[in-house]
Amino acid sequence: MPEAAKLGHNYTGAQMSPDDTQQMMDAVEKYPPTIPGDSTRLAKERETMTNASEGVGTVPVPGSAKGKLKSTFDKMLGKQPELLVDKLGERLAFERTGVRLYDAVIAKLEVSDSAGKKMIPELKHIREEEAEHMFLLKDAIETLGADPTAMTPCADVVGVMAVGPMQVVTDPRTNASQALNALLTLELTDNAAWETLIELTDKAGHPNIAKSFRKAVEQEEEHLQTIKRLLNNELASHM
Amino acid sequence: MHNLTGILDNKGCPLEKQKFTWKEMAGRPISKLDDDAFTRVRVILMNGVEVDALRLKHIGARFHRDLRLPLAQIRRVEHQQATAVNWLLSADHSPLETTIAYEQVAIEVTAAVAQSEPDPYQAQTYRFGLLEDFDHLYRYSAMLDRLEGKDANNILQGYTDIVPGRPTSQHHRAPEDDLRDSYDKNQAQLITKIHAAMITAAEYQTHDYYMNIGPTFADPVARQLYAEIAAVEEQHVTQYGSLMDPDESFIEKWLVHEAMEVYSYASCAEQEENPRIKELWERFMDYELGQLNVACEWFKKVERRDPAEILGGDLPKMMAFKSQRDFVRKVLEEEVDLRADGAKYVPKEEESAASLAYREQLHSQGIPSDVVSAGYRWAPGTELTRKQS
Repeated sequence: MPEAAKLGHNYTGAQMSPDDTQQMMDAVEKYPPTIPGDSTRLAKERETMTNASEGVGTVPVPGSAKGKLKSTFDKMLGKQPELLVDKLGERLAFERTGVRLYDAVIAKLEVSDSAGKKMIPELKHIREEEAEHMFLLKDAIETLGADPTAMTPCADVVGVMAVGPMQVVTDPRTNASQALNALLTLELTDNAAWETLIELTDKAGHPNIAKSFRKAVEQEEEHLQTIKRLLNNELASHM
Repeated sequence: MHNLTGILDNKGCPLEKQKFTWKEMAGRPISKLDDDAFTRVRVILMNGVEVDALRLKHIGARFHRDLRLPLAQIRRVEHQQATAVNWLLSADHSPLETTIAYEQVAIEVTAAVAQSEPDPYQAQTYRFGLLEDFDHLYRYSAMLDRLEGKDANNILQGYTDIVPGRPTSQHHRAPEDDLRDSYDKNQAQLITKIHAAMITAAEYQTHDYYMNIGPTFADPVARQLYAEIAAVEEQHVTQYGSLMDPDESFIEKWLVHEAMEVYSYASCAEQEENPRIKELWERFMDYELGQLNVACEWFKKVERRDPAEILGGDLPKMMAFKSQRDFVRKVLEEEVDLRADGAKYVPKEEESAASLAYREQLHSQGIPSDVVSAGYRWAPGTELTRKQS
């Protein structure tokens, strides 16, 4: 596995070729922009397109008759069950992807030095708990009569968010601290998201589901602290 | 490495010995940070060349029953070569960063070709197209800065200027103004034929790349920008493709393409600084000689002509992979206001009415390349650093 930061022939910075940079700056002075204005034109176009947008998709109608009735009932009460299903779907997708990301980091550390290998049991433990959370969410979605195999809009969007961390941890060229940094991003999000989800579940009138999530929140808090500690230790070992 | 004094002097690696494993095809990529930008330029160019080799042979096979098998056999290797080359691009390139690199290829390679092209009209065409890809680089650099907060010069490494060329909004022409006069197959030098095949291949690849990645962007302006510039790249394929003589037979074009592949790999091998990649270029040059040899055999068999008629003489001077800043600036100074009227290059005021009408309709709901680049001035470390100073 690649080591932590080392000095080398990085060609990307302007200081690597000061003469070229000066020539580029001279050209910028000589050939001004052909279009007046600034980046607010881009912002304005984004506003226009956002106004005309229809969203990424919908929450599927619950498949079971029971679900349909409950959905109708909750809607009458103004509890927006589709919002809850959407967010539960998001967390389920996130935990499922999380399991795969931990698999990738563990594979990376298997070929690391002894300090790296020592992290593996803790990461495996987190990986198992992420898998448990996945089942917890699947059960909760089924309790509501919804379909845990459907990709809800928030599940879709969280999948887009996970692309960056996935690219980081699966790239054979990234090292342990870079992979842990990606996991930290995930765990920070996950931690806050579980708290929001409990609140939402409570408000939607599903105290039993909310109660079943409390253990997960505690475990996520531990995950966050563990990843922070492992990352700090990893960086400190190279100082 | 072979001592290339003439293309036909070497038989190269026999086709049946040109083999790969998956790990050779999807091996270790280059470094976005530590490899020289021209290594990436060569990677992108050669992928474009290989993909075009496949394209040409697929089309040829639709017209020639007897050639279906030999073409399929060569395509098998060419596909694997294309994979080995294209997979050298590392995953930390965002699609927009790769786009910057594609435009650097279009600028630096076209500028090199324009200077060594002996036919004045063909050279003029390369200079004309060059100023358009040069402007695409500026618009995409603005997009990279304003979308991802990244400096395009991290990719360009100081070799290529980031300033406006002929504005992209002016590139949209009526089809009749994209067609150019072709070379005469009986008069043109081999290097002229090689240049046309190479630049057409590069532009084709750029078009296809933008068409594939354009819709993967979430940002609506980026989506529009890719739609706009992909349209220009399609025009460039028309423009450069029309430089080739339509009266050449398919096998003749096949020969020229294989010769172009040999020449391109030889140029890459000569100038590559990364030893691992240099070895690959040398290996593939040897493969191409083997493939050229097969093409020559079929040329003799089907057309009953001597391949030396097409390929005779010394291999032209290697194509230069280096910053062409001075040449590009000169062309920018002298030719930025040229436009097209049919196959002729004319002053701005004389541009064809058909192109003006076509453009007016296209732009009637806004111009993406204008939106993204309004007031954009490149600065080291992005325009945000300029605003703070």
